Amino acid sequence: MSIATPPVAPTTTTDQLLHFDDVAMTFPNGTTALSGVSLTVNRGEFVTVVGPSGCGKSTLLRIASGLTPATEGTTQVDTSRIGYVFQDATLLPWRDVQSNVELLAELNGKPKKERQKTAKEAIDLVGLTGFEKHLPRTLSGGMKMRTSLARSLTLDPELFLFDEPFGALDEITRERLNDELIKLFTEQQFAGLFITHSVSEAVYLSTKVVVMSGRPGKIVDEFPVEFPFPRDPEIRFTAEFAELCGQVSHALREGHH
Amino acid sequence: MTTTPPAPPKNRTLMRPATVTPTKKKSATWVPPVLVALGIIAIWYLVSYVVLDDKRRFLLPPPHEVFTEAFFQPDVFSDIMVALGRTAVVALVGLAIAMIIGIGWAIAMSQARWIERSTFPYAVILQCIPILALVPLIGFWFGFDYPARIIVCVMIALFPMVSNTLFGLQSVDKGQRELFQLQKASRWTVLTKLEFPAALPAIFAGMRISAGLAVVGAIVGDYFFRRGEPGLGSLISNYQSRVQSAELFAAIITASLFGVLIFILFGWLGKRVVGKWYDFSAS
Repeated sequence: MSIATPPVAPTTTTDQLLHFDDVAMTFPNGTTALSGVSLTVNRGEFVTVVGPSGCGKSTLLRIASGLTPATEGTTQVDTSRIGYVFQDATLLPWRDVQSNVELLAELNGKPKKERQKTAKEAIDLVGLTGFEKHLPRTLSGGMKMRTSLARSLTLDPELFLFDEPFGALDEITRERLNDELIKLFTEQQFAGLFITHSVSEAVYLSTKVVVMSGRPGKIVDEFPVEFPFPRDPEIRFTAEFAELCGQVSHALREGHH
Repeated sequence: MTTTPPAPPKNRTLMRPATVTPTKKKSATWVPPVLVALGIIAIWYLVSYVVLDDKRRFLLPPPHEVFTEAFFQPDVFSDIMVALGRTAVVALVGLAIAMIIGIGWAIAMSQARWIERSTFPYAVILQCIPILALVPLIGFWFGFDYPARIIVCVMIALFPMVSNTLFGLQSVDKGQRELFQLQKASRWTVLTKLEFPAALPAIFAGMRISAGLAVVGAIVGDYFFRRGEPGLGSLISNYQSRVQSAELFAAIITASLFGVLIFILFGWLGKRVVGKWYDFSAS
């Protein structure tokens, strides 16, 4: 496990799934959230964006998903299978786990048999088997997030967008979910764009860390991360890991000025 | 496959404490209101016997006289019960209409901003105008029988249904909305699968308030009109003019008990329908 080891990405193909070219976002009230952002996410890549709060990181995901159109530049999305995991689990409190996970397939008009099957598989993937009949209020924060993750997995996404999904969780749960996310990434072969403000989470999860500056958000630096997949949790305690985290933190501080 | 998901982490704050609280407090909830009732009865006796002299006791007959002179008199009791039946019909029909109009109106407003902007002020006005002043007019316009009583009842019971339903529909979490938006869900789908279920707790809270008001509304119209088959309103009005105060109190108590009963009924219904996932005690 040294930095010299070539990355073992889930797939060897590197076709582009998401491309931002000189994207800028100015809100109607005049606030510029993003300016001149160019970024590509290819199949087999897991790109993490770190930046200070309010730097427009989340806006980037909103643009990618089509929720908010950018005011300038071009955004190219080369797949229709997009998973989106929000900051909150956004589960419907009146639906149990099974039914929450089935929701997206249901909205897409999939027949009942099929969506039950895909939901079951997704629930299994996130390790919630046995909790199908539980209502969200009886779940812990981590389990809610797993449900939310399973819900997106039913779309069989090629591009997975994560908006600080584990930000509200405690450290232990967060680390566990990071490991499971890596496992999913290795098995399911999606491309990921992950927003976080935790430097170590960014380095641990991704194939590339992108550092953004404060408002207006600009990309100030990029760091390839070359630890092999699936990642060994122990790499967090290696000197290489610490050094990379140090570099990212430094870039963050620089960009913040 | 992971067989056991990790035990819930210690961050219990993320969970609503709803599942833990109620059982412990159950015995304590009925004690304070009973104490208050005893206090009221004590003051009542005090006023009847100490404050008022013999000649003026009719102003506030002692509590037991409400029973001996009214409830336990077969003819008075049957008068009150028949009147209650008529009032109940008006109140329940009025409430049903208020619910249908209220929910329908609120849905229309939630679907189109211009409908909200142009009509919500009138819902507020409806709430503010002294309906009592309008009651005689309604009588002139619609006659003095059941239809007019029901109209008064609907006017009084409508606002909580409209405002609560609208509030419920609009309080849907932004993230949940976007979840639907990302799947390009139609307005109808968003309404039926997201907004309406999310609004149910607020709708039931509105129903409870409207239920109480519907009883008031059913009595008010009848009280003023005093025509047709007498309901509790006519009865109260008659007892009043004949200074039959024990009977008057009996009729008022009956009306209140009926109001409380349907208030409880809708509270129970709300708990049955949404109590599993929504914690009423937290709001």
